[in-house]
Amino acid sequence: MKIDIRLNSEKDTEKLANIIANEVFPGMIIGLSGDLGSGKTTFTKYLAKSMGIKDNLNSPTFTILKTYEGKLNLYHMDVYRLEDIGYDYELDDFIYGEGVAVIEWYPYIKTMLPNQILSLTFSFVDEFTRDVSIEGSDQYEEIIQKISH
Amino acid sequence: MYVLGVETSCDETSVSVVKDGNIVLSNVVLSQIDIHKSYGGVVPEIASREHVKGITYVFDQALKKANLDYQDIDLIAVTKGPGLIGSLLIGINAAKVISLNFHIPIIGVHHISGHIYANYIEQGMEFPLLALVVSGGHTELILMKEHFSFEKLGETQDDAVGEAYDKVARVLGLGYPGGPVIDRLAKEGKEVFDFPRPMINSNDFNFSFSGLKSHVINKHHNMLQRKETIDPKDFSTSFQEAVTDVLVQKTIKAKEYYDVKQIIVAGGVAANSGLRKKMKERITDIPVYFPKMVYCTDNAAMIAAAGYFQYKKYGKSDDLYINGHSRLDLERRM
Repeated sequence: MKIDIRLNSEKDTEKLANIIANEVFPGMIIGLSGDLGSGKTTFTKYLAKSMGIKDNLNSPTFTILKTYEGKLNLYHMDVYRLEDIGYDYELDDFIYGEGVAVIEWYPYIKTMLPNQILSLTFSFVDEFTRDVSIEGSDQYEEIIQKISH
Repeated sequence: MYVLGVETSCDETSVSVVKDGNIVLSNVVLSQIDIHKSYGGVVPEIASREHVKGITYVFDQALKKANLDYQDIDLIAVTKGPGLIGSLLIGINAAKVISLNFHIPIIGVHHISGHIYANYIEQGMEFPLLALVVSGGHTELILMKEHFSFEKLGETQDDAVGEAYDKVARVLGLGYPGGPVIDRLAKEGKEVFDFPRPMINSNDFNFSFSGLKSHVINKHHNMLQRKETIDPKDFSTSFQEAVTDVLVQKTIKAKEYYDVKQIIVAGGVAANSGLRKKMKERITDIPVYFPKMVYCTDNAAMIAAAGYFQYKKYGKSDDLYINGHSRLDLERRM
């Protein structure tokens, strides 16, 4: 299942993150893609906040992985640098862990991922506006239906 | 007191022997930068493997250059985070082996406390002091009222400053790492773009560089579409001016609010010549210290220096169950 939505402001990004945060479960995988500055980390920031994570979430680019403790742990990854390699076994424990994995630039490690993930593709419209394609199957379809309402 | 420092949090394998917190007897650093360059940044698994290859040699060399045996070492100080989890574990486990084998106490040190104490090696410290920590993974303002007391006044809400440099350099096609090349080009260009200075007047000590990064990328994108000529030099100058304005302004604000006696700039971006110049130009009433280049980048001497003061204050706070952490709170040291 796939839907396209428009985010007219950061407020809309927050709303989208809130809906998804209400549906998180252990082992959930959210893949994010879209150009630099298209809002991947901003989305994750709101998701963490809405999941009740108290620590300030900032970019994981440098260490590739940052983990946050909460009722459900959040594993925030940016795998941009793995483009030419395609995998990193050190990430396995977190992708297939008991928390929620959010993976920026997830297509670069697609072979490491299961078929079922929730994917969000961000694209620029203008300074404040973004379009997002949201795709997922099986257990993720229900979440997409909630977003589309 | 002889402290053996061990640092493997990212792409430098380093071991050092430091006496009494500031007499550096050896500081051996094996850098992997050339290996990671082709990937546009450090790749965790490759970093771990390189650490494994180099670690024994680096331990041996550090002892040899210091002209000491393990029996002479009083304390082992190892970086326990933040950093790449696999890389951290190589240093931690090697340190544990030495600790267990020679009955030397071991403590885990926060990487950023190391960057701050890099300054102690050469300058000493006068309190209260303000530390601006700027690197590929960090952008923080820290207040120290005494040795080994850290109060985080503010930090980046999104991208670290070094990361913003890398991402802008990537878009401009300047390669990795972005900091040194943008710093060099910035000297040759003109500030033709009026890029935003995010949060420069905000009522706190936080930073944000993601919006500036996006603004620079958008500008570049728009100019490409209009087929205008792009001069990376002018982009570099305009970007660097915006970044350093924010860093210096926020530092001045914290300096005045807390009435500090000295300012320390730490981390890889402390090597940036534009930042050094602007700090020294705009802050003239108290000393602003930058570590020597060799202590700006990751090294174990700074970990040994920080470990010395941590041990003096908290004693043997760790045991052989010490673990690595990808994120670690500086104030709580856990």
